[in-house]
Amino acid sequence: MTIPLAISATSLTKSYREHQVVRGIDLRVTPGSVFALLGPNGAGKTTTVRILATLTRPTSGTALVAGHDIVDDPRGVRRSISVTGQYAALDDLQTGAENLRMIGRLAGLTAEQARQRAAELLTQFDLTEAAKRRVGTWSGGMRRRLDIAASLVVEPLIVFLDEPTTGLDPRSRLALWNVIAQLASAGITIFLTTQYLEEADRLAARVALIDGGRIVAEGTPAELKRRVGNSRLDLDLVSDDAFMSAIDRLGARATRTDRAALSISVPTDGSAAQVRALLDEIDPGNRLLSQFTVHTATLDDVFLSLTGRVGGQPEMERSNV
Amino acid sequence: MSEIVMTAAPPSRVTLPRDALVMSARCLRLSARTIDALLTALLLPVILMLLFVYLFGGAIQTGTEYVTYVVPGVLLLCAGFGAATTAVSVSNDMTSGIIDRFRAMDISGTALLAGHVAASLVRNAISTTLVLGVAFLIGFRPSASLAGWLLAIGILLLFVLAMSWLSAAIGLLSGSPEAANGFTFLVMFLPYPSSAFVPIETMPSWLQGFARHQPVTPMIETIRGALLGTPIGNNAWLSVAWCAAIIAVSVVIAAVVFQRRTA
Repeated sequence: MTIPLAISATSLTKSYREHQVVRGIDLRVTPGSVFALLGPNGAGKTTTVRILATLTRPTSGTALVAGHDIVDDPRGVRRSISVTGQYAALDDLQTGAENLRMIGRLAGLTAEQARQRAAELLTQFDLTEAAKRRVGTWSGGMRRRLDIAASLVVEPLIVFLDEPTTGLDPRSRLALWNVIAQLASAGITIFLTTQYLEEADRLAARVALIDGGRIVAEGTPAELKRRVGNSRLDLDLVSDDAFMSAIDRLGARATRTDRAALSISVPTDGSAAQVRALLDEIDPGNRLLSQFTVHTATLDDVFLSLTGRVGGQPEMERSNV
Repeated sequence: MSEIVMTAAPPSRVTLPRDALVMSARCLRLSARTIDALLTALLLPVILMLLFVYLFGGAIQTGTEYVTYVVPGVLLLCAGFGAATTAVSVSNDMTSGIIDRFRAMDISGTALLAGHVAASLVRNAISTTLVLGVAFLIGFRPSASLAGWLLAIGILLLFVLAMSWLSAAIGLLSGSPEAANGFTFLVMFLPYPSSAFVPIETMPSWLQGFARHQPVTPMIETIRGALLGTPIGNNAWLSVAWCAAIIAVSVVIAAVVFQRRTA
């Protein structure tokens, strides 16, 4: 038996004049799961979310969201989803309670139901203290929570969260992760975008890596990390000869080399046994290495190994070439 | 944080009137809280009237008390300016994140704009009352019957409605609130080359043609006639026709532009 997918996209593209932002994206998201689209700034994450949420029409390609075609039946899609963008979509001049009541009324609740629902959500999201203050005076983390609360005034089948924690301090980020984990346990399908490997790792059952408008890898967080190694071993060599000899021995395993700085990076699982074996292999005589450090794999490492270059570079620098 | 409880969505039905009502309440609340814009909308008309009556009034010969001659024009000038600020508030919405939430909730552009237009009508009703009150204080003595008052108020409301819809369309077309703000100045200057402040006969002949046939003139003549008993002729019908045409064109443009800007 096949379960109908919450989201299925085929060959989505989006161009603005000559600039192609999304270059053929395929996605499959199972209902009730958390799916993360992970990538650097300018990779096409927001555009992909906007296409799926019917806020932007794709240049080509098709997608079904909650069983509705995004181009032929946008209203069907909109009835099934909620979207929380990168910028809080609320009125600064209204209080938290007023914003939520307004959204409730627009969603079809009566005035009394909307008032009750607003009060419930403010309690559930720990915002009662600020409920009577205008949103313009709130902190970034509070606004983000209210924004998500506004997305839950009536129950959506699918929640889109575009970079829900970008720009938040660690404590607010943690609070939001709790919110998202709770939504997931309530059985809602969540499609989130993020720049943080840790966030995808922590929240998502499946992660798609997006770069330059394309999906470059997809899998569970564990699968993806296995592809880059959980950790990265950075080596400092004593001389240029030592550097060349290490390069020879490592071959394609070296993901980053810098001859001027005499440094080489190699993916590893971080275990003492593997690190020791690598060091012995590169430097059997204990003379070539001056230093080594082990780092936890980062988004940069994932991108480096999959695309051959550093991931965090702004899209603009590349597209201007 | 306590546990998040879900509420199922109510079944969908015809939502335009309800959405427009909710949007009107929202826009009124936002208007009331945008203090600087609110003060401008309420005080500028009064200041302009005092300026005309006391500063220019002595130098302008219209055959009647100048305050009596100029009040209909000032009312229209203020209504036009007040309505034109709709462009700024619409543009503010279009350039902020909230438009995405409304669209993802399937709120129609018409409902959103109707809310802005309704708030504009209320704002202008208040500022017009204020201007009329001050006009009475400084010697405006119309000889209007109840029917005359109703006609004058009706034409003013229709003008505000037309200018508000036009402004809403302009607000959608302009790329930023600053650009939209430029439109309010354009609208403010429209009543000058008309019979609002000086008789058209006193203008250079090349301007007279424009002044006679631009939409503001029949409206001013209608309001003046209704309040002061000067002949109205076909000016009332001309005013209604102008307003109806502006509303029809603006609503269509707004719907098309909203679709396009949000596609």
